[in-house]
Amino acid sequence: MNRPSTESEYLAGLVPASAGRHGFSRRSMLRGSLLAAGLPALLAACGDGGGSGGGGGGGGEVTLGSNFSDEVPLKTMNAMVAAAEEQQDISVKLNTIDHTTFQNNINNYLQGSPDDVFSWFAGYRMQFFAAQGLASDISDIWETIGSDYTEAFKKASTGEDGKQYFVPTTYGPWAVFYRKSLWQERGYQAPETLDEMKTLATQMQQDGLVPLAFADKEGWPAMGTFDQLNMRLNGYQFHVDLMAGEESWTDPKVKNVFDTWRGLLPLSQSDSLGRTWQEAATGIVNKTSGMMVIGSFISQQFDEADQDDIDFFNFPEIDPAIGADAVEAPIDGFMMSERPRNEDGARELLLYLGSPENGVVQTTNDPSGIAANTESDRSHYTELQKKCADFVANAKSISQFMDRDTRPDFASTVMIPSLQSFIQNPNDIDGLCTQIENQKKSIFTS
Amino acid sequence: MSSPDLPLAAPQTAHPAPSAGSHESSGKNQRVRRLTGRDRLVVVLMVAIPTVVVVGLIWLPAIASVLLSFTDWNGVGSLADAKVIGLQNYTDVFTIYPPFKPAVEHNLLWLVVMFVVATPLGILFAVLIDKELKGSRFYQTALYLPVVLSLALIGFIWQLMYSRDQGLINAVLGTQVDFYGDPRWNIWAALFATCWRQVGYVMLLYLAGLKGVDASLKEAAQMDGANQVQTFFRIVFPVMRPINIIVLVITVIESLRAFDLVWIINQGRNGLELLATLVTANIVGEASRIGFGSALATIMLLISLVFISIYLTVVMREDER
Repeated sequence: MNRPSTESEYLAGLVPASAGRHGFSRRSMLRGSLLAAGLPALLAACGDGGGSGGGGGGGGEVTLGSNFSDEVPLKTMNAMVAAAEEQQDISVKLNTIDHTTFQNNINNYLQGSPDDVFSWFAGYRMQFFAAQGLASDISDIWETIGSDYTEAFKKASTGEDGKQYFVPTTYGPWAVFYRKSLWQERGYQAPETLDEMKTLATQMQQDGLVPLAFADKEGWPAMGTFDQLNMRLNGYQFHVDLMAGEESWTDPKVKNVFDTWRGLLPLSQSDSLGRTWQEAATGIVNKTSGMMVIGSFISQQFDEADQDDIDFFNFPEIDPAIGADAVEAPIDGFMMSERPRNEDGARELLLYLGSPENGVVQTTNDPSGIAANTESDRSHYTELQKKCADFVANAKSISQFMDRDTRPDFASTVMIPSLQSFIQNPNDIDGLCTQIENQKKSIFTS
Repeated sequence: MSSPDLPLAAPQTAHPAPSAGSHESSGKNQRVRRLTGRDRLVVVLMVAIPTVVVVGLIWLPAIASVLLSFTDWNGVGSLADAKVIGLQNYTDVFTIYPPFKPAVEHNLLWLVVMFVVATPLGILFAVLIDKELKGSRFYQTALYLPVVLSLALIGFIWQLMYSRDQGLINAVLGTQVDFYGDPRWNIWAALFATCWRQVGYVMLLYLAGLKGVDASLKEAAQMDGANQVQTFFRIVFPVMRPINIIVLVITVIESLRAFDLVWIINQGRNGLELLATLVTANIVGEASRIGFGSALATIMLLISLVFISIYLTVVMREDER
């Protein structure tokens, strides 16, 4: 064998003689290159076809982009589309995209050829995209549906310019969830203050339970704990201002949040960074963990027979002057893209999505959410849904969630790694806060 | 350097093979004129298409990344809205971006482990299998199997081994090590899974090389009284220099490309930071800090250029001889 002197010679040598080096005639070469020349045109043609195909095209059809890709939410979406078609006399084409993929591609999606109506989240996360001109003003729809919604929901649907860009459909509160039967068995009582919660947690530890189920592999679940502590220690307005970049992360108030959290970590499930929220919720389901700070979507982890066994209490008060009447309840809903192909149809669809009837369809199919529309019939609600609805209705202020109340780039590139490094090493709070503040300044000024 | 030149060398294919005998004596001019219209079209296409592809898909994006790294573009709207902010992104990367330092360290660690662990192991297995011991086909297949799997899939497979609550390792050993979540462990867990694959790859390359080594060389060495180890390190290994270079390059490339596995594990956070995951985390997704991410990508490009230059220097020197 001749010694190959270059990589390509060597690699060519690996090809068995039977497979390669068949005479390569100039004719076949020409054919090949013509094919190559034609390829870009072909690809372009495909792209075109794909574009208009994905968009649906005219004929009165409205396209609806949805990130509700899991089993139950998908079933719910299909029911909603069917109901909308019947009621508004429109035809709707549902394009379901995997939940995480949808979020990750939102920029490209909205700038490419988005669907006429698409699912999204309320709050700053909505405003951020509305402010960049990627969504349509739907204030006229709010004139129709507005009376069915509370002021808090209208505020969560309003962009920085005072116009509405979002139709809220369902929401689910964050609180401390537990299993009723386990607590009855052990005689636990829902705590009113943080100290009581710590005492209860210590008792649970003695009883051989993991007091606070905890997971943060995905990066976002821990944000919920931060938000709860921040709102109990510093109040709702501070949360809003901090998330909007107006307060400093080096403020002693923020350090106090981390410091209080540090006190809870020994009572929280260890090794949280390698565990998903579903894995942590399994501990609640199996009665090996006592309680968990999480959203009402935890009910998706329970069997149908156990749905009545889920209960929750408000994250307890820390400072009596601040109280505990700020509640975190992220709202899901829909927006209209910048230039919908079928604008009239899109408005019809949004009118339906904001109607009381849609609330019924959604909350019946997926009992983990509560209808945002106050006129929506609640007689079919499960115990948990009823309690969640009252819980939020009695709250004085409603926050969204850290990653919905602040800029998306700040939440994902700064806060996720920062909270994870805090959980890993809770002792350097000063350094951590300085790092967050430095990065915040750079991002919020850009 | 024959492969990148291929398209440019293509027009010359008309020269060495003047097929029709009657033209053998014709001069240079005539030979050029002999290119028919169709030939000329072929030549033009063969030069133009690869050029368009290379310029459009490699050079333009690379240059665009470098240019974008001086802006604060967030990926929305026209590029004209992007503000040029000079070296701000680079300053931020080096001063206030905590994941950057661990990312560089982890990339270097990756490189070192690939060199120090995976490559020697691959060579060892190649030599053992080359001896054609009993069942060597089985071992060859077993060791090569992971190579056909993508690193993303390998991440999923090892999750079954590593998972803290449900994983095989913890179940067998009765331990509760959080392999993927604990930053003291996860980089090693990821490296182990990567080596698991890389060893097979290196083995295959060396195996191919060993088959090509002239047997008489080994015989001659044995005649001179060299033992197995001496024969390998003094004779066989130096003869395989081109393969060594390829393995070297592949190792460097694989270390810089390291991405899929850690992305699957936890998106390159919390102890698994790598340059490639930082670029992705900033550019892809809701975040879209295109300018900042481009600065990271440019830094990565510069690091790669160092290795590419070394490689090109070595290969070109080889060509000159």
